Formats: sequence, structure tokens, C-alpha cells
Amino acid sequence: MIRLEKRLAPSKRAQYLNPFLAVALTMIAGGLMFAALGKDPIAAIRLIFFDPIFSEQFGSYSRPQLLIKSAPLILIAVGLAIGFRAGIWNIGAEGQYIIGALCGAGVALAFYPMEGWFIFPLMIFAGALGGFLWAMIPAILKTRFNTNEILVSLLLVYVAEKLLAGMALGLMRNPDVAGFPGSRDLRRYESAHNADLIANTGMHWGVVAAMIAVIFAYVMMTRHSLGYQVRLAGQAPRAARFAGVSPTRLVVTCFGIAGVLAGLAGMFEVSGPSGQVRIDFASGYGFTAIIVAFLGRLNPIGIVLAGLLLGLTYIGGELSQMMLQLPGAAIQVFQGMLLFFLLALDFQTNYRLRLTKGARA
Amino acid sequence: MTLKTILGAATALGLALAAPAFAQDPTKVGFIYVGPVGDHGWSYTHDQGRLAVEAEFGDAVETTYIENVAEGPDAERVITQMALGGADIIFATSFGYGPEMNNVAARFPDIKFEHATGYMQEQPNISLYNARFYEGRAVIGHIAGKMTETNKVGYIASFPIPEVIMGINAAYLAAKAVNPDVEFSIIWAYSWYDPAQEAAAAEALIEQGADIIMQHTDSTAPLTVAQDAGVMGFGQASDMSGFAPDSHLTGIVDVWAPYYIDRVKAVMDGTWEPVNVWHGIDEGMVGFAPFNDKIPAELVAEAEGMIAAIADGSFHPFTGPINRQDGTPWLAEGEVADDGTLLGMDFYVEGITSEIPN
Repeated sequence: MIRLEKRLAPSKRAQYLNPFLAVALTMIAGGLMFAALGKDPIAAIRLIFFDPIFSEQFGSYSRPQLLIKSAPLILIAVGLAIGFRAGIWNIGAEGQYIIGALCGAGVALAFYPMEGWFIFPLMIFAGALGGFLWAMIPAILKTRFNTNEILVSLLLVYVAEKLLAGMALGLMRNPDVAGFPGSRDLRRYESAHNADLIANTGMHWGVVAAMIAVIFAYVMMTRHSLGYQVRLAGQAPRAARFAGVSPTRLVVTCFGIAGVLAGLAGMFEVSGPSGQVRIDFASGYGFTAIIVAFLGRLNPIGIVLAGLLLGLTYIGGELSQMMLQLPGAAIQVFQGMLLFFLLALDFQTNYRLRLTKGARA
Repeated sequence: MTLKTILGAATALGLALAAPAFAQDPTKVGFIYVGPVGDHGWSYTHDQGRLAVEAEFGDAVETTYIENVAEGPDAERVITQMALGGADIIFATSFGYGPEMNNVAARFPDIKFEHATGYMQEQPNISLYNARFYEGRAVIGHIAGKMTETNKVGYIASFPIPEVIMGINAAYLAAKAVNPDVEFSIIWAYSWYDPAQEAAAAEALIEQGADIIMQHTDSTAPLTVAQDAGVMGFGQASDMSGFAPDSHLTGIVDVWAPYYIDRVKAVMDGTWEPVNVWHGIDEGMVGFAPFNDKIPAELVAEAEGMIAAIADGSFHPFTGPINRQDGTPWLAEGEVADDGTLLGMDFYVEGITSEIPN
């Protein structure tokens, strides 16, 4: 009979090595999959991991794109990781991201076509507030009525998506275009445009916000008492309670931080790279950020690396589709393998399989 | 592969690149799809068009595609990468790619861009093309009006945009013309492709008494539900009869191949000019799946007559007198709708009982 046994002292080194091992295993298993599909595995891996950065043909365009793709992932994941550390499971960042975008865009569209320096700051505020309030729904339902925050936050994503479609088709629809859904293009409205701070570098305010968030989260988790409370609550909830950590306050704080950051990510996206409120504005950043958070070991610095890596697989995945005609689904499987191998490695770091004789009493 | 063969291949490649006169460079054609090529609907038919281009020109073309490209920044990146990859002409096949396509077109003035169902044409190297699907809707509306026994037609709609509203109106007018008692129940799926939701909508419509299901969504799910429930339905975008052999009456088929071949040829000949076309049955962009044996022969003849009349221009599905839903007149006796009104259609015609959601 095989039995699982928790390791008493999981190796610290393995914890940091596992992500790199997972990447290596993904390359091997993914390469085998690509070979089985009749494609050159070396070329495919090269296209996914190296060409977006180093290729002469694509690099100068892809490198800034990497920032654009990774910034929202990092911004959202940093917020989520704080909650995950405390054992608070906010699965609905996608919804908070959408609502943040709607609130930010709503401010811009309300002021259109007026120009003014105050519009963009107001949009940032509205985006953060929107994400915060949307995150408060599962947080307060949990602290007041003890509902399951995983379920509530996840289901609210679908509500947010319907709201987004409704806005794109109705209230926020561009009145100048006959009948087509989608709002005005904020990239063509100067006061609301989240443009590259230096042209063609991909450095927009969302990237700056992500950097600031990473630094703040790092300082908070390592130096501030709130970080201590978060870690304590995650590792020893009972002890945390004895130490005077209020679970209610912790839930509200963690959801609040994650909501603000996800809302900001949505706002920077809708006013910059995306430009429009449209039906499929939400492209899954809120869910992918969960992978980024875990791949980054719930550590702000790790999340930066993980976010860049995942962004890379997206851009490289498109390149390999185009150049080698790999099916889109194969790229998704490839990205899925990354999380799969990481979880498997973590599992074997924390547990060991034991062969025991006979049934246990 | 040995080092020698690699070196050999590299040398050959180098020679080929160094001597453009040696062989004609293939024309590179790129396609961007919003869904998976296996959806058996919208993206699938565009990919059929791509394969037809390959079959037509053989080694003279090199095609590539990227599927599942979300509208927005992902689309801009993918289109740009395709342009950097050396494409000569790029077809993007969802209306929401508009702003991105125009941005990329401005940066690559030598590359030709073709945008399906779009409306933004701000650069001289962008063409717009679309199909008059309402013509097909009128034909299947006619068949539905004749075939329904409960006088209830269930309609699964995607989003309340002119394209979809136009389709509902065309189908309803044609059904009503042959069956004054016909009623349309409309369910909005708020998705182009969501098999589970489409199936649920079909079940709800059948429960309400509909014995014919029409869909303006892309999956085969409504047809399989119809097949199981023993009611009838129409396919969407491609011939879906294989998924519901008993229930599939016919379906509107998107035929992109002739247009794609034509445009690629123009690039090869150096005669490409930007166009803005809206092709229908006449030009062959709107086609039909085979008629099911369940449709009586005389009805098949009527449908074929209608198809011929639309093709030669003697019949327009939107010919007056037609009132709007609120009873105000829209088209006078004999008046034909103009394209501008159709493309911006945001109202139902008289007789449809539900309301367009906001």
C-alpha cells in the first residue's frame, strides 16, 4: 500500500529550484509533444523562449511587447500573492480587473471630449476604487456570512463579464460608429491615453505601477507588521488568532489590496494597449496571474520573473504558431505543463510516498 | 540529421536567398482567426478559404495562420509579427480587429491588409470585405415558415449588433410572408461560440414549443440538441449536416475562397487596390448546405427560385411595405432598403414581439 507522508522539513533549496526545474521539464515534455505533432522541437522551443528577445527580425518589436504583456500579470499577481500567503483565496481577479477597466474608462468617456491634466489621475483613482469595491463583495460576504470566498469571487467574474458586454453594447458604445459594439478608442483621446512614456519602449504607466507594487509588496512582506500577520495567518491560523491578528481585518485587507491592483491593471490596459471597452476585453489576465503568483513562489521578486516568463511564452507561442504552424491548443498545453510540473515538484518536495505493509489500523 | 546535411541545407538556403531571380519568391499570405480552426463555424470557413488559396497557387504561395487571437492588443501584436515575418498580404477575420489593423497598416505601407466585416478604412492599404448573410437568412426563413408545425421558430442570437438584428429581421419577414401565424422566440447567448450556452438556449426554445431552431452562433451544439429532441434546425457558416443528419434542413455556408484567391492573385500581379465590398449569393460568397430530404420537393423548388431571384437582383429580402416594430413606416410599397440602413440596423420589424436588449 502506498501512503503519503508530509515531510517534516521540506528542503528550502528545492523550493527555489523547483520553478527552474519545472521550466526545464516543460521544455523536454513540450518538445516531445511538438515532435509528436511532426514539428521540429528545437526550433519550436527556440521560437518560444529565445526569438521574442534575441531574434533580429522580431526582437526590437517583441521586447517592448513583453513589458506590455507581463505588466498586468505582475501587477495582479503581486496582489493575489499577499492573500494566498495568508490562505485567503481570491480567484476572481479577472472580475476586479474588468470592473477597474470599466470604472476608469467610464470616467474618461464621461469627460470626452474635454482635455485636462486631471482626467488621467481621476481615471487611475476610479480604476483602483472599482477593483477595490468589486473585491469587497466576496470579502464582506465571507466575514459577515462566512461564505466561501473562492466560489463567490470566481462567480463574480462571470457577472463582471456580462456587465462588460452590456457596457460595450450599450452605455459605453461609441455613438459615432453605427451599431458596432465597443467604446471610443481612448488611445485617440489625449487626456485619457496611457501612452508609452518613452515612445516604442512599451513603458507605460502600468509598467511603472507594477514596479512600484513589487517594491511595496516586498517591503511590506519582509519589514512591516502586516506582512508578518499575513505570513503567520497562512502558516498557523490558530497561533495568529492568539497573537491578536483579526481574521476579518486580514480578509478585507488582502482582498482590498488585490482588488486595487487588479483594478489598476484593468484601467491601465483599457486606456493603453487595449484602448477600448469591448466585449472580449478580458483576455484572462486575472486567471493567468494565479499561475504567475505560484510560479513566482508568492514572492514579489519571483513574480516579476514568472510574469516575464509567461509573457514570453505568449509572444513566443504566437511566433511558433506563425512560423511552424503549431496549433494554438498545443501552446496552451505547453503553458499548462509549466504549472503542472511545478505543482508536481512542489508536491514531492513537501510529501513523500511511503510503502507500508498491510492495512493501517 | 547530420551536420553535413544541415550545412548543405543552409548553403542551399543561402543560395536561394542570394539569387531571387533563380526562382520566384512565393507570395506570403497570413490569416488571423478569432476562434479555433476546428470550430466548424466562422474561423473554420476562413481556413477553408486559406486552403483553397494553397490549392490554387501551389508553390507560388506560402500561407500561415494564427488562431484564437483575441481582439485588442493581442491582435495588434500578432498582426505586426506577421508583417515582420514577411507577409505580403494579411487577412484578419473579425470585425473587432479594426483599430489594431489600421495601426499596423500605417506602419507597413507596402503590405496589403484585408479586414473581414470591419468598418475602419483609414489607410490606403486596407480593404474591407463582408458577406450579405441576410440573403441567406431570408431563404432559410422562408423554409422555416413553411416547415414549422407549431408556428414557433426559436432563434439563438449572439450579440445585439446590426449584423445579427438584420438576420433576425430578414428571416422573420420571409417566414411571415408564407406563414402569417409564425412567431419568433429569440434568446441572446452573448457569445459567438459557447457550445454549452448555445445548447442550453436550444433546449429552452424547444421547451417553449419551437420546432425549428435557427442560430447566429458558431457551434454545432444547437443542431445536436435539435437532433436529440427530434426537431429541425439550420446550420451556420459551414455544412453541419454531419452533426445532425435528420434535423439539419440546410444552412448558410460562408464561401470565402473565391474572394481570397482573387485578392492573392491581385497581389501577385501587382494590381491590388483597396476595396470595400459586400458580396452575396450572386458573387458566391453566401452559399447553402445541401437541402435535407425532409423538405418537400416543391419547397426546395421555391427556395431555389428565391436564391436565383436574389442572385439576379429581381428580389431583395428587404422590400417594402415594411414597418418598424413600433408601427412607424420604414419602407414604402416597392421600396428597397439601402445598404447604409441595413449596416446600422438597430430596430426590429413589425411583428417581432420581443425587444432588442440594451
